[in-house]
Amino acid sequence: MKGLYDNEMILKFVSKPCNESFARITIAAFISQLDPTVDELSDIKTAVSEAVTNSIIHGYDSEDGIVEIKAKIISNTIEIEILDNGKGIENVEVAMKPLYTSKPNQERSGMGFTIMQSFMDEIRVESSLGFGTRIVMRKKINIKQESKAIC
Amino acid sequence: MNIIYSREDKLLMIELTEEIDQHTADKVRRKIDDEIERFIPRKVVFDFSNISFMDSSGIGMVLGRYKLIKMLGGELELINVHKTTKKIFDMSGVSRIIKIAEQEEKYKIKQQKENIHNQILNNLDKEEKSEGII
Repeated sequence: MKGLYDNEMILKFVSKPCNESFARITIAAFISQLDPTVDELSDIKTAVSEAVTNSIIHGYDSEDGIVEIKAKIISNTIEIEILDNGKGIENVEVAMKPLYTSKPNQERSGMGFTIMQSFMDEIRVESSLGFGTRIVMRKKINIKQESKAIC
Repeated sequence: MNIIYSREDKLLMIELTEEIDQHTADKVRRKIDDEIERFIPRKVVFDFSNISFMDSSGIGMVLGRYKLIKMLGGELELINVHKTTKKIFDMSGVSRIIKIAEQEEKYKIKQQKENIHNQILNNLDKEEKSEGII
């Protein structure tokens, strides 16, 4: 692997709502080696929570499936990939619109993608009906001058 | 979740204690609705000081309670909201309809809370004394 901070992890878990906190806490622990600020950390945790919630509620429609998260550290950028083999999104563009929700009767706000977009620097959504969805998000962490990576 | 109710002010203070995500929001919303329907308060305050994490599930949770409180003739206020949580409320327009207390107002609310505590303690004292007489 190239670069001073490069590192990678893969996490797979069953699409149970109680795993949402497990997923974001694990990602937070992984990126702590970049020494992010509290704000950067909670932004990333929120974005991960939104993506994982989407996979569980919409992708698998609250049925059991596997959600996979791949996280990479490339220099001072964190890249997080969230994959599911759920039903997929019919129209990604529409789904990403603020306040759009396909389940309006459940007090859902339709702000998931908007939050991911504004809390991360970059987001890419690929989805195909019947096969699942893949979300790739990136965020640059401002490296403090004196901090050194452990690995 | 810590709940304090002042009969005199018809004020319901709810101190949220769990991280709010899709998984926990359901439980939180049912519990709060029960309290609101029990007391029919004139004012409800959600204290976010212990909420270090909230995702978009919190938007629906807060807006849903706001509708219920308003329907019953009360008002809702949020206090001690963390930075990331505030960003989510701003982004979704929640802050435009629901009052989120600023720094100076936190103190007032804290005072109010202490007053309620004292009231409860006084009442307990009185009860104890009257029991003593009997």
